[in-house]
Amino acid sequence: MALEHADVLRAAHLARLGLDEGEADRYLDDLGRILEMVDQLQSLDTDGVEPLAHPLDATQRLRADEVTEGDQRETFQRCAPAVENGLYLVPRVVE
Amino acid sequence: MHDQTLTGLAAALAAGEFSSRELTEHLLARIERHDGVLNSFITVTGEQALAAADAADAARARGEAGPLIGLPLALKDIFCTRGVKTSCGSKMLDTFTAPYDATVVEKLAAAGTLSLGKTNMDEFAMGSSNENSHYGPVKNPWDLGAVPGGSSGGSAAAVAAGLVPAALGTDTGGSIRQPAAFCGITGLKPTYGRVSRYGMVAYASSLDQAGPMARSASDCAHLLGAIAGHDLRDSTSVARGVPDYTEGLEAPLSGLKIGLPKEYFGDGLSAEVESAVREAIKVYESLGATVREVSLPHTHYAIPAYYVIAPAEASSNLSRYDGVRFGHRCENPTDLIDLYKRSRAEGFGEEVKRRILIGTHTLSEGFFDAYYKQAQKVRRLIRQDFLDAFEAVDVLMGPASPTPAFDLGANKDPVSMYLQDIYTIAVNLAGIPGISVPAGFAGGRPVGLQILGTHFAEAQLLNVAHQFQQATDWHLRRPDLAEETA
Amino acid sequence: MQWETVIGLEVHVQLATRSKIFSGASTAFGAEPNTQACAVDLGLPGVLPVLNEQAVAMAVQFGLGIHAEIPEVSVFDRKNYFYPDLPKGYQTSQMYEPIVGPGEVEILLDDGERKTVRVHHAHLEEDAGKSLHEDFHGMTGIDLNRAGTPLLEIVSEPDMRSAKEAAAYLKAIHSIVTYLGISDGNMAEGSMRCDVNVSVRPKGQEAFGTRAEIKNVNSFRFVERAIEFEVERQVELLEDGGKVVQETRLFDPEADETRSMRTKEEANDYRYFPCPDLLPVVLDQAYVDHLRGNLPELPAAKRERFQNELGLSAYDAGVLSASRAMAEYFERVHEVCGDAKQAANWVQGELSGALNREGLAIADSPVSADQLGGLIVRVIDDTINGKAAKQVFQALWHGEGGGENNSADAIIEAKGLKQVTDTGAIEAMIDQVIADSPAQVAQYRDAEPDKRGKMIGYFVGQVMKASRGTANPQQVNKLLKEKLDALC
Repeated sequence: MALEHADVLRAAHLARLGLDEGEADRYLDDLGRILEMVDQLQSLDTDGVEPLAHPLDATQRLRADEVTEGDQRETFQRCAPAVENGLYLVPRVVE
Repeated sequence: MHDQTLTGLAAALAAGEFSSRELTEHLLARIERHDGVLNSFITVTGEQALAAADAADAARARGEAGPLIGLPLALKDIFCTRGVKTSCGSKMLDTFTAPYDATVVEKLAAAGTLSLGKTNMDEFAMGSSNENSHYGPVKNPWDLGAVPGGSSGGSAAAVAAGLVPAALGTDTGGSIRQPAAFCGITGLKPTYGRVSRYGMVAYASSLDQAGPMARSASDCAHLLGAIAGHDLRDSTSVARGVPDYTEGLEAPLSGLKIGLPKEYFGDGLSAEVESAVREAIKVYESLGATVREVSLPHTHYAIPAYYVIAPAEASSNLSRYDGVRFGHRCENPTDLIDLYKRSRAEGFGEEVKRRILIGTHTLSEGFFDAYYKQAQKVRRLIRQDFLDAFEAVDVLMGPASPTPAFDLGANKDPVSMYLQDIYTIAVNLAGIPGISVPAGFAGGRPVGLQILGTHFAEAQLLNVAHQFQQATDWHLRRPDLAEETA
Repeated sequence: MQWETVIGLEVHVQLATRSKIFSGASTAFGAEPNTQACAVDLGLPGVLPVLNEQAVAMAVQFGLGIHAEIPEVSVFDRKNYFYPDLPKGYQTSQMYEPIVGPGEVEILLDDGERKTVRVHHAHLEEDAGKSLHEDFHGMTGIDLNRAGTPLLEIVSEPDMRSAKEAAAYLKAIHSIVTYLGISDGNMAEGSMRCDVNVSVRPKGQEAFGTRAEIKNVNSFRFVERAIEFEVERQVELLEDGGKVVQETRLFDPEADETRSMRTKEEANDYRYFPCPDLLPVVLDQAYVDHLRGNLPELPAAKRERFQNELGLSAYDAGVLSASRAMAEYFERVHEVCGDAKQAANWVQGELSGALNREGLAIADSPVSADQLGGLIVRVIDDTINGKAAKQVFQALWHGEGGGENNSADAIIEAKGLKQVTDTGAIEAMIDQVIADSPAQVAQYRDAEPDKRGKMIGYFVGQVMKASRGTANPQQVNKLLKEKLDALC
């Protein structure tokens, strides 16, 4: 599955990674070779094989519905780049 | 005292030969002296370490006991430590001070250990050479022109250089075992789910696992006992009792069935590494083990499957670094998209971006089935290879890496770098435990023997590794640092 | 051309758990911004989700309530997209293996007709935070208190054919979740929101038309209005030879119209994949059976029972079963007084009227079900007549009578409202009235016999007045007629 320049730009946009044209070219080259290596997977017949998401066949354990976390806003916002009145600030979001 | 094992240091502390403060001061001085060149630490927390050492000495004076009290350790900078910078080797988190402790950090503190600081690593644990760190590469203490391996390169180098007796690392595709092999120390990747991942910055959640890196299997056994166990905060940690891993260390190996996967002794394996590994296996035979060849037929699909699954999970795990709640934020963003794109472009390094892009692409519409689903199916086949092999043998053995540590800057091409992990990566896909133990040298650089066991066979691996270390002294060799780095 | 409307709804219900779906932070509404957003909700590096058992139980209860299949295994997936109110850059949801499989909901239309709407599935997911667009020097503020609140998203089949049906469906869902107690159903606070998929097609055509999705509609009334507007827009567009574009639209209640949300239109590719931090949820049969065994009676079953066993009309049964609070109130009144029809009349009449006037919910009624039942008992046993009963009700409403379950008796006693049924006493009052009204008696006597029936009202009124309303009206009527006719 050959990779195109547009695929790189599309992935970069979906991943919100700023790339300039030069970088996009370089990644096209790298990613192309990585995918070529990955494409070996296509040669394997996996009919009837169930996908494996977790290495152990474990199941989800459930938590009791209890409030265990108190207000730690001050602590958490100490590492925030921009806050005001307890809110995280971002450039204006247009709905 | 910096050459001793944890077990040796514990005995010396207990006997009053020196105090935890004296030991800590000694090691801090060594860090001060050597780490300017080695670059194995990102953050050294001397003050906190000394305060903790004093507390440990006081506890000991009160008669409190415990095998790990007062022992200094180091933590890979992937573990969140309350009030201490947790960078994960990335510019993205250069300003991030974790507001909480990882579960393993809590557990180690509860066991009475103290931390000298946070060790260098490949950014977000993505790399096999430690050259992908925002804080610069780490040097291999055996040869300053060589890489220490990665991604837990700082932990491996610090232990090998005698800056700290043991450290914690994490292993997603070989990141404990390969640097342990490159630096001539013992490193254990436990079974997936054996150790809590809570507070460990995620790279690939279904593969990541923390483990000990130390100077002996016996030290690893002590540390694993301290960090293993079920954690209510990690759904993927396993609710299963933690045995005393030191208990069975001395069991004799007569009758042990060792399998040598033929795929681990093929093309690309350096002759010197192969010969060191085969010598090690002879030692096992002399200890009463039997050896046979086995096959892991899907081995060559492990790297392709890994480079779908790990980047896919990473692309999603790393979306939280958006410049809003923590981490790097670009100057004066013009709008939301600009905030995201510039913060992430500036905050992430090359390899991280590469993997985010690969993961994003393979998960996107039209590619998901061919890549992600197929990789997960292959993952099942790879796991089955191991389960089948463990029907016939007790443990598998082979090299941890096809070559000894390579030169800094030697592997510029990402794909050839990825192929270095051929012997370690399948283990993470299968979720089984693996340990690398020093087994000789190739061209003056250490060689690691990798031993693999079935799920939750850590006690057996530690026993098998320990018995080797009773019969050999590779793990006692130390690099000579004095002239180069003093 | 005749057009047919096709509607499907995605209803998001906030589950009434105490803590969040994947963390131990509180879900309480209205806290100071970001004071209920813990490390997990903020997506700090290294944190991990652990699933809330109550969220699972509530989702399963809903599934059982709509007779849905409950698959043994369900799986959480990540829906990846960037938005400031989505801290991790993905929403943990269920794309491929939801917790609730296909089910059905019965809706009741105004004409009393019933219709079944199929539910495709319902899945668990986490709510996002909120963006506040007040002015922060041209910036938007983000409050993540809501992030991680458990949501059950209920996805219907495109089975509804009018705005009224859609509203009825939404009301039915509301009634089910509030009956089950799995949500407070408070639409004003966003506990229940819905996305509406609307398309039109020429009547008789099988293929669906192109649909528009109206996002985040948050009241029953708005759902109807949004659909009505949207149908009109699409029909006009098609009749003018245009085409409906598949897009996301927003309903603006003030302009009473839907508008295209172009900003969010750019290529969405959510890259769903199984969340590696969560394991498959496996529900064993015993657990599901246990929940099934403890399910409360749901609105449809109640309605049925009210009609068949209590003999209520379809209309009364529908009104009284519409909300759990109403049904429970009615059932208690019925239990106390033993007469379903009287209980229904009082609850829907006097009580509902008073509640509406004061804008109160039935849960806040100043008259308890026990008190109202006690009052009705006294009507049934003829202790008081209808007029006195209304007086007693007003007194109860204003808190007279001591507030006990038998307050009605205390009021009857205190106000002397006990009905007079002693024939002698009534006769005495009648004799007095006749004696005091010679002119009216003369008119009565002179009237044609068939007109006299109407004229008797005056005398009844006077007697009731003399008795201060306590005389038994039937007895008064009968005795009056006998006495007056004897004078003719």
